[in-house]
Amino acid sequence: MVAGVGVDLENLWIRFGDFVAVRDANVNIKGGDFFSFLGPSGCGKTTILRAVSGFLEPSEGNVLIGGKNMKGVGPNKRPTALIFQNLALFPLMKVWENIAFSMEIKGASAAERRKRADELLEMIALEGQGDKLPSELSGGQRQRVAIARALCAEPHVLLLDEPLSALDLKLRQHMRTELREIQQRVGITFIYITHDQGEALTMSDNIAVMRAGVIDQIGEGKTIYNDPATPFAASFVGENNVFRGKVKRVSGDRVLVQSNRSGELLARISTANLGRLKEGDNAMIFIRPEAFELAKTGTEGDHYVSARVINEEFEGNVFNIFMEGDGGKEIKVSLPNLGQSFDSHKGQTMTLKYDVKNAVAMPAGVLATE
Amino acid sequence: MPRILKDFLSRNGTGPGLVMLGLVLFWTVGLIILPQLSMLDFSFRPNLPPPEMGGPKDVYTLENYKYLIYGPEGGSQAYNTVDLMVFFRTLVAAACVTVFNLIICYPIAYYLGQTKGNHIRVFALMLIIPYWINEILRAFALRIIFGETGVLNTIFTGIGLFDTPFDFIRNDYALYAGLGYAYILLMIFPIYNVIESLDHNQIEAARDLGAPWWRIHWRVVIPYAKPGISSGCTMVFMLSAGALAAPQILGGPSSLWFTQLIYQQFNDSSDWPQGAAYAVVLLVTCVLLVLAVMRLFKVNMGDIGK
Repeated sequence: MVAGVGVDLENLWIRFGDFVAVRDANVNIKGGDFFSFLGPSGCGKTTILRAVSGFLEPSEGNVLIGGKNMKGVGPNKRPTALIFQNLALFPLMKVWENIAFSMEIKGASAAERRKRADELLEMIALEGQGDKLPSELSGGQRQRVAIARALCAEPHVLLLDEPLSALDLKLRQHMRTELREIQQRVGITFIYITHDQGEALTMSDNIAVMRAGVIDQIGEGKTIYNDPATPFAASFVGENNVFRGKVKRVSGDRVLVQSNRSGELLARISTANLGRLKEGDNAMIFIRPEAFELAKTGTEGDHYVSARVINEEFEGNVFNIFMEGDGGKEIKVSLPNLGQSFDSHKGQTMTLKYDVKNAVAMPAGVLATE
Repeated sequence: MPRILKDFLSRNGTGPGLVMLGLVLFWTVGLIILPQLSMLDFSFRPNLPPPEMGGPKDVYTLENYKYLIYGPEGGSQAYNTVDLMVFFRTLVAAACVTVFNLIICYPIAYYLGQTKGNHIRVFALMLIIPYWINEILRAFALRIIFGETGVLNTIFTGIGLFDTPFDFIRNDYALYAGLGYAYILLMIFPIYNVIESLDHNQIEAARDLGAPWWRIHWRVVIPYAKPGISSGCTMVFMLSAGALAAPQILGGPSSLWFTQLIYQQFNDSSDWPQGAAYAVVLLVTCVLLVLAVMRLFKVNMGDIGK
């Protein structure tokens, strides 16, 4: 088995003419990590992947794999294997030939290749399917063949470019678990590109959130979800409600914000922004839909929000309430379905309570557009 | 009425459908099959003056075919070596032209097919526009390049590469260049068409898995482009073997192309049956050769149409 090696990006800039695709990226990915680059399309995450795989030379800065600078090393000489968004299986080769293609290059005999391909086919639960053509397999099976083909090259780093985006929802969720299992079994470094925060959160050890060529935040999924560093990270990863306003008072990591329409709100300043908010600043407070609970109507205070209910929906595991919010955006509240009865409050004003540690404040900035 | 015909008529309407069908039938049967059948018929008849046609002497005979193999009756040689040599040399030369054309055109087609950008359209135009000039003029242009006092010889003797001008024409270099040039588009475009539809990720995937460039072509691009390659090669081979203008203008005085023999028989000797027999032999041999090569490289007939 091959050990995973670390990948480091040092002051990485990638430009296409005047367009800056990646701006000064600095990332240290530990060996054996499942690391995701998460961001909307066009944010530069695929560009980073192409720079790591060697299909693209950085304009400035370095890509280090296992501590070695990869400058001038072609994609066929790097210890990486790339899984393409459309998989790019060779349509005219049989499944086993596809899987063992990297061994064919090294001059392995047909018997050796077949043996290794069969082992990998067993690992991906496709025993006996080696003599088929890729077109004879289902989408999920092809997906697994692509993984086997990449693993057969014994890479130290596996690069995955949104490999699940072409699959239907059920299969996608199943493949998340499977990918995570494969990664833990083979122990090599996985670098995963996705715009789907669910995928990033469920599979990754660490995530880099990207926006317009810039890495906004790097950290564990839990940290990014609970303690976002930027308004973009807060609004892109998971659902979030934003309250805008002006800072009234700061004390320690607590900040009191005079919000535009929900009165005074008390919040916790996110770790990355400690010391960066002062009186009179424009601030944003983010409170997740599931962080609210119902309070008695009319209760007031600095951790209560009152607003008129516009819409309600039952989603199964949660009951969603949409209330009039700031700047035309609705406040979404998700109450867990614990078997209690929900009365409709449509058109009425409701009061919600939140725990201050679940309200994250930071200087106002760009939100993720949906 | 067979189903396919019914579908065709219901899709296009009975009136227009019948007109289209009629035109296609007229084209294939009236303009291709019937004339060829009449040529085939000619090839089995003796060469008679018009009044004797249909007379008692007008019987089916293998005389014209025997002539190609054995030569004139009572001739000095046992076999018609001159014509047979011309025949085989034509086939071998046409095959060589095809192979050279493939070697030149594959990289061009690959570049055109896999590169993005507007300049590709300019390149394609630059390939097409020379074909607005008619074949004879293009052939003579090559004579100017390859002639004894032509461009190449002037340059090469000028820089001291040759002491005396090299006779490109007598040595058939001009002919091969002319034939290659004449059908370059017929080789490039079918290959370009196929390669254009090849997902570039497959090339990158192969490279990522460690393949050097030649193996990427050998294992990924060429297998994928096979239909285009075979369709290009078939056309170039058939047309080279059947070319007349280029050999006429660019061929050396001692080297005849088989089509020139056919032409002489039709035109100079007014021996249509003999010419028809030669033409039939050329056609049948070419078709058989192409089918054999297709079989060797496991190409299906359906692929050629792609």
